[in-house]
Amino acid sequence: MDIKAYIALALTLFTIGVIGVLVRRNAIIIFMCVELMLNAVNLLLVGFSKMHAISPAAKALPTYASDAQIFVFFIMVVAAAEVSVGLAIIVMMYRNTHSVDVNFLNRLKN
Amino acid sequence: MSITTLAFILLSVMAIGSAVMMIISKSPVHSVLWLIVVFFAISGHYVLLNAQFLAIVNIIVYAGAIMVLFLFVVMLMNLNAETEPIKNYRLQLIGIVSGGSLLLVLLSALMRAGQQQLVEMKVGDAGLINVLGKTLFTNYVLPFEISSVLFLSAMIGAVVIGKKD
Repeated sequence: MDIKAYIALALTLFTIGVIGVLVRRNAIIIFMCVELMLNAVNLLLVGFSKMHAISPAAKALPTYASDAQIFVFFIMVVAAAEVSVGLAIIVMMYRNTHSVDVNFLNRLKN
Repeated sequence: MSITTLAFILLSVMAIGSAVMMIISKSPVHSVLWLIVVFFAISGHYVLLNAQFLAIVNIIVYAGAIMVLFLFVVMLMNLNAETEPIKNYRLQLIGIVSGGSLLLVLLSALMRAGQQQLVEMKVGDAGLINVLGKTLFTNYVLPFEISSVLFLSAMIGAVVIGKKD
């Protein structure tokens, strides 16, 4: 499989996430679109990792292709921490405004 | 057409179709369920690339833990299709057009890129737990320990923010 196929797939998923953030007004859906964008980048990193696994440099160094997958693992760790704090913020926002519409949050005071 | 290509096309169609359905679903619960389908399709891609550890972690962490958290919050707030915010069709059109042009620019730049670079499919030990565990606990011990501090601070932050007073 060509790496371009994986790049095209990851780009499409990322753009769907961008469109979702621009179009939807529900804060939870926007947060889910951010997760989708993170996953598109993860897929691209794993694809590049496997592209480098058949390069000549990978023969000399056994962990040459594994670094990108460790990176993906850390992205997942950070995403899990981010979701717990972000959902707490959304719950607090719902408690204050009784809505998850981001249009109500266009001013910083009052 | 080989079985690998067929599986790739099938999983790609599944991922993109579910992602589109996630955006256009009226009910937030349906959006969460479609996003879980996207995560399973991406895990299928990881299996196809022989990244077994990441495939399992993706299912456990994303589809298992994070999406259950989303579902809990959606059900806690009792969100459904009736409580959806009012739409502004002009802004929606602008968002779709700008996102579509972003995709067009990126894909056209990709089509003009250089020669073919193959990806290793179905074989290779770069994604096995054995290799990844050795790499993680030799070269990346410090980031691993720091991520535990990050988790602790996220836990404390969530409790402080969510406390009722």
